[in-house]
Amino acid sequence: MGLTDNFPGTVKQWPGGSLLVSSVDKVVNWSRSNSLWPLVFGTSCCAIEMMSAASAKHDWSRFGFEVARATPRQADLIICAGTIVYKMAPVLKRLYDQMPDPKYVIAMGACTISGGPFFYNSYSVVRGIDHIVPVDVYIPGCPPRPEALLHALIELQRKIKTQTVVRPVRPEAF
Amino acid sequence: MNIFEPENKKLVESEQDFVVNVGPQHPSTHGVLHLKIKLEGETIKAVQPHLGYIHRSIEKMSEAGSYRQFSYLTSRMDYLSSHMNNQACALAVEKAIQVEVPERAKVIRILMAELTRLASHQLWWGAMGLDLGAITPFFIGFRDREEILEIFEDTCGTRLTMNYVVPGGVMVDLHPDFQKKVVAFLGRFKKRIKEYDDLVTGNIIFEQRTKGVGVISAEDAISYGCSGPVARASGVSCDIRKLHPYDGYEKLEFKECIETEGDCFARYKVRMEEMKESVKIIEQLIDNIPEGDFQAKTKNVLKPPKGEWFTRVETARGELGVYLISDGTMKPYRVKFRSPNFSHVSALEHMSKGGKIGDLVAIMATLDLVIPDVDR
Repeated sequence: MGLTDNFPGTVKQWPGGSLLVSSVDKVVNWSRSNSLWPLVFGTSCCAIEMMSAASAKHDWSRFGFEVARATPRQADLIICAGTIVYKMAPVLKRLYDQMPDPKYVIAMGACTISGGPFFYNSYSVVRGIDHIVPVDVYIPGCPPRPEALLHALIELQRKIKTQTVVRPVRPEAF
Repeated sequence: MNIFEPENKKLVESEQDFVVNVGPQHPSTHGVLHLKIKLEGETIKAVQPHLGYIHRSIEKMSEAGSYRQFSYLTSRMDYLSSHMNNQACALAVEKAIQVEVPERAKVIRILMAELTRLASHQLWWGAMGLDLGAITPFFIGFRDREEILEIFEDTCGTRLTMNYVVPGGVMVDLHPDFQKKVVAFLGRFKKRIKEYDDLVTGNIIFEQRTKGVGVISAEDAISYGCSGPVARASGVSCDIRKLHPYDGYEKLEFKECIETEGDCFARYKVRMEEMKESVKIIEQLIDNIPEGDFQAKTKNVLKPPKGEWFTRVETARGELGVYLISDGTMKPYRVKFRSPNFSHVSALEHMSKGGKIGDLVAIMATLDLVIPDVDR
């Protein structure tokens, strides 16, 4: 194995032989991270700040997020903007399941992190969407500023750039 | 997971009936409204709204907070007119504890409320354009809205859910730059509102999609409990600022915008006129904000006597009523909100029945629904 020690890549065992993985990772991650298509999924106040991030002043298309899709089958990313209540929880899970891999989730706002202002004394709010779907990036705030959303999206890009294509993108926890 | 099955059966009567689910995740419902639409070809036979996808139990939670705390939740109710929601709660508590609000605080409240109305209508204008297939209004509307949000941020510290109005006045004094920034914004906005008209109002595609669509008569608007721009577009005089003035609206000169057609285009015209009236109101007040306290002296723990109070304000969407019952303790016994959007959703079937399914989007866009305000 003296040859592969200095080579920028790894040899993986594969059915019927082995597979050389080199700078494919970089190309795949570059393309994945720079064309994240978010799902149009806003339930309450945070959706307005998400729209602000999409509009003229903040303009998230500078970083490659502008193709907001209305169907989960074409989306890479759910920006969960707003409170999730028990009646909405199965819908969110179903939307997540309908998305093709690799898929990412951003929890935008205090409600999606922990229930936020509705943590105490509410009988209908899910205390954090990580009870339902796995979350990649959390954004605190009620609602967070559009700059915070942009920062979260850039952090997600950074996270995607550390992935390799042979490792399963997400453990099969569900 | 067939959570939609039982209700579907009620809507379907024969083999030929075709039911389409719109929502809960749908870009033109502006949130998580779920509509079941029975179709015959393209014609709408029945519309069944299903609510509760964002029911956050704000009314019940209000009973657990003190009289100062419960109004903070209402900013999350109709988040586009969060200032007016806080104002309605503050008015109810002030009526209960019988405190006189200083003149300066009243003027600040009106200024903030009208700026909120402007921001809300700008967002509505942009989102309506987006729903009807034009993306440019969205960017223009948000460009102007950001300037108002900057003004809010200077004074209140937040862009959207301000929590600025407290019982007895407002929370903090105005930012030193407030006056200068508002005057500068109004100067720019008065030119830009012409741009709004040029771009959309006379557009032939827009007129054909909205004229004669979603008509509701004055009698039906009253019986469905419509308020705000929706009822005024049908010729019902229902502006709470005129009929039951609060916080000194009686001293101001402004026109109640009324149209009589009752269709989508009339609702559009009413909101466009309201923006111009809001500009007029702000111009009357911005140069003469009275000096003095911004908050009346109140006790730390508010304890109203036993009783019931009802106050109402005109939000950007219509009449918001707050019904407050006190049992003499430091927490409200019951708080009930009468929200404008709930009535508008109930009128949706009446407006869209017999029309085409494509027009439903135009009707929903001009109703300007905010779903957390429907579900609370």
